[in-house]
Amino acid sequence: MLAWRKPNFGRTRLIGAAVGLTLIVSACGSSGDGTLTVLTHSSFAISQTTLDSFTEQTGIEVSLLDGGDAGAMLAQAILTKDNPIADVIFGVDNTFLSRAVEEEITVPYRATGLNGLHEFTRLDDTNRFTPIDYGDVCLQYDTAGVLPADRGGLFFDPDTGPGLVVEDPSSSSPGLAFLLATIAAFPDGWQDYWASLREQGVLVVPSWTEAYYGEFSGASDGDRPVVVSYASSPVAEVVFAAEPIDEPTTAIVEESCFRQVEFAGILDGTDSRGDAAEFIDFMLTNEFQEDIPLNMFVFPARTDAALPQVFVDHAVIVEDPWTLDPEVIAANRDAWIEEWTEIVLR
Amino acid sequence: MTAGRVGKVALVGLPLGFLTVFYLYPVASILFTGLYEDGSFDFSPFGDVLSSSSLRGVAWFTFWQAMVSTVLTVLAAMPIAYVFARFEFRGKRVLSALLIVPFVMPTVVVASAFVALLGRSSPLGIDLNRTIWIIFAAHVFYNVAVVVRTVGGLWAHLDPRLEAAARTLGATRWQAFRTVTLPLLRPALTAATSIVFLFTFTSFGVVLILGGLTYSTLEVEIYRQTLFFLNLPLAGALAIVQLVGVSLILWIYARYQRRRRVAASLVAASQVARPPTTTRQRAAVAATVGYLGVLVVAPLAILVARSFGGGNGGFGFYRALTETSSSTASVSAAEAIGNSLWIAAVATLIALVVGMAAAAVVAYSTGRAAAGFDLLLMLPLGTSAVTIGFGMLVALDWPIDLRANVLLIPLAHALVAIPFVVRISVPVMRSVRSELRDAAAVLGASPARVWREIDVPIAARALAVSAGFAFAISLGEFGATSFIARPDTPTLPIAIFRLLGRPGTLNFGQAMAMSTILMAVTAGVVLLTDRLRVRDVGEF
Repeated sequence: MLAWRKPNFGRTRLIGAAVGLTLIVSACGSSGDGTLTVLTHSSFAISQTTLDSFTEQTGIEVSLLDGGDAGAMLAQAILTKDNPIADVIFGVDNTFLSRAVEEEITVPYRATGLNGLHEFTRLDDTNRFTPIDYGDVCLQYDTAGVLPADRGGLFFDPDTGPGLVVEDPSSSSPGLAFLLATIAAFPDGWQDYWASLREQGVLVVPSWTEAYYGEFSGASDGDRPVVVSYASSPVAEVVFAAEPIDEPTTAIVEESCFRQVEFAGILDGTDSRGDAAEFIDFMLTNEFQEDIPLNMFVFPARTDAALPQVFVDHAVIVEDPWTLDPEVIAANRDAWIEEWTEIVLR
Repeated sequence: MTAGRVGKVALVGLPLGFLTVFYLYPVASILFTGLYEDGSFDFSPFGDVLSSSSLRGVAWFTFWQAMVSTVLTVLAAMPIAYVFARFEFRGKRVLSALLIVPFVMPTVVVASAFVALLGRSSPLGIDLNRTIWIIFAAHVFYNVAVVVRTVGGLWAHLDPRLEAAARTLGATRWQAFRTVTLPLLRPALTAATSIVFLFTFTSFGVVLILGGLTYSTLEVEIYRQTLFFLNLPLAGALAIVQLVGVSLILWIYARYQRRRRVAASLVAASQVARPPTTTRQRAAVAATVGYLGVLVVAPLAILVARSFGGGNGGFGFYRALTETSSSTASVSAAEAIGNSLWIAAVATLIALVVGMAAAAVVAYSTGRAAAGFDLLLMLPLGTSAVTIGFGMLVALDWPIDLRANVLLIPLAHALVAIPFVVRISVPVMRSVRSELRDAAAVLGASPARVWREIDVPIAARALAVSAGFAFAISLGEFGATSFIARPDTPTLPIAIFRLLGRPGTLNFGQAMAMSTILMAVTAGVVLLTDRLRVRDVGEF
């Protein structure tokens, strides 16, 4: 017991506060009954009207839970798999897919509409994860920057180094995707490729925001004309222009793209399995799929989903992106990242 | 049990219960999850940490950069604290409120301002980008307010006649400061130092973003191992290394602090601060204002400048923040301000109730148990945000499932704010001389009355400073908050992050406008609590 000097204290007030606090906590504790909770990463977005329409059709309310970036969200789902915090998870991508399947955080569900999806999105045979959308991580360049005439060479010729800013694959998902693109493109020579980029002065930053808004000359007062970003970035530039513009001032290097596919799944242990299944099906309807591009700036997984006009005008649909088997990624990613770190940062 | 005894139990029980439920239990749970597998503890990750030269390097860097950052922060802050305490001048209140603004700004936003100021196109002509110096500069920028406001708060009430007496007796200016003022300031100074040390020890964004990946702290490694490699065992081992390091430092600090206790005689701030009269004094004030201009105001001004533009007479970005779009991701300024304010209010309330109870225990009790209790109170500040955030996620599902409850956000914020409340309040509570209390008792006041009429008014001063800090911490906290699953209640920092996660000049401009709003809200709240403080204890 503590040795006391003297005073006497106003106990009633303190006890009152403690009781009050307990009451507040318990009053707010009982939330979310009868609603479907969807755990997403911070980049998730969809029109409120689309969610409302789902509620109208099914009577199921949807509440969104922001789990941070994709890595944090998946870590949360894995840590809580015995007693999940949500019913549905959205935003696991192909670089994390095998790990998520292995952890068995979701239950197999064969969604209605699965057959209407692009073949390349169908990466999970176990059907624990349903493909929802896809996008490409690419080199993006400032059209006003000083660049070689052969833009495709930007990827194949490591002399790009001095003008290039990339994200650290150990803390950024586009950074990892670009590393995977180089591994897919130069299976035996990617280490030399990066060693050369380093020699040329490639700049590595921790995340997309620092690269794009801190160093990329096409979007900041930075001096790097080439950045690792998304194929849809030039479209977003037009949509989110402070002063309306007709054409984006940046473009992507199609030869450099790595394809990311995003999945959703029904979390194991949910009480609302039926409702969750309905929501997964809804995500594959054209109503939801056609709402994806302007909200998340990625492409619908459904082959027959129509694209918004601004995507038709400005988006590049990459024909032949680099890909790697999710199992190969899962088996090697830690070792690859470590090797990359040794080559580029140490 | 007597009424007094019940009171004491409640006073110890409240903070102890709070920390057990919202800190100890979650942290223990996540470490257990990481290190316990198939029926036994696996200690091999510790071997990995100790045998890896790069991880040993990370641990050593974490320690020494925190030491240097803390020393630099104190050196930068003391002249400001002195001028603020001793002189009255126009704009002092606003400057003092602005000082706390860096404290709440998201690192990603501050980093861009720093690079603009100290990077390749620096108007000052110095390029510190991706060097250790820009890390130090940012740490000073963030933490200078902690020292100025804690030390300055006490300094403003130190009787200047003490130093004058020493001078009359022939002491030089420096001798008088060193032998008279410094010992009296020591309780506040050690309190501020320990907080700054913990903040820089667990520095994440500054090191990650400004350090150019050459530098890494334990905090950064824990983040990487947990979120990108999903390697909980190694993250757990690193978290324990971090905790042991922090505990050791806190223990040394506590020993140091116990040996030096001085009761000061305090006077009203209005008796201390005078308008500068001599040329020398005016120069000191002018130099401080100029120095603050470069250190604090310039980086903030860069952000404000970027928020104007986008048409509509320069207010296009602000205008865009008032429009609600159909997307679930879009956040209007009003919504973000509303969420930030109510969450900060709840967090402040919790932090004050729990923190003041804890401070009373620490201030009025002695012995080993009290010292241990004091140490425990500080630990959350020195614990990785990932550990706390994920710990809460693993642990808090029973009896009430708080894991996805919006109240978890203010609770997590309160956890970070409580050490502040305690550290700010304890020196003030201890400064009440026991003779004052004895005298009141002799004159027939009941213990409750002594508490009400002597302790409470004095604690009120600490309360106001603490409330300002707790509020600011909650407004800006994006450590633990970013690792707990949040129901749809975007606060200002969250809205800023969302905007900065998308391409397009409109998004960037809106992020800058939102940052400017965050600054204004913070400065406004701090000005308000400062005003309360002046009214309540002006007679002091």
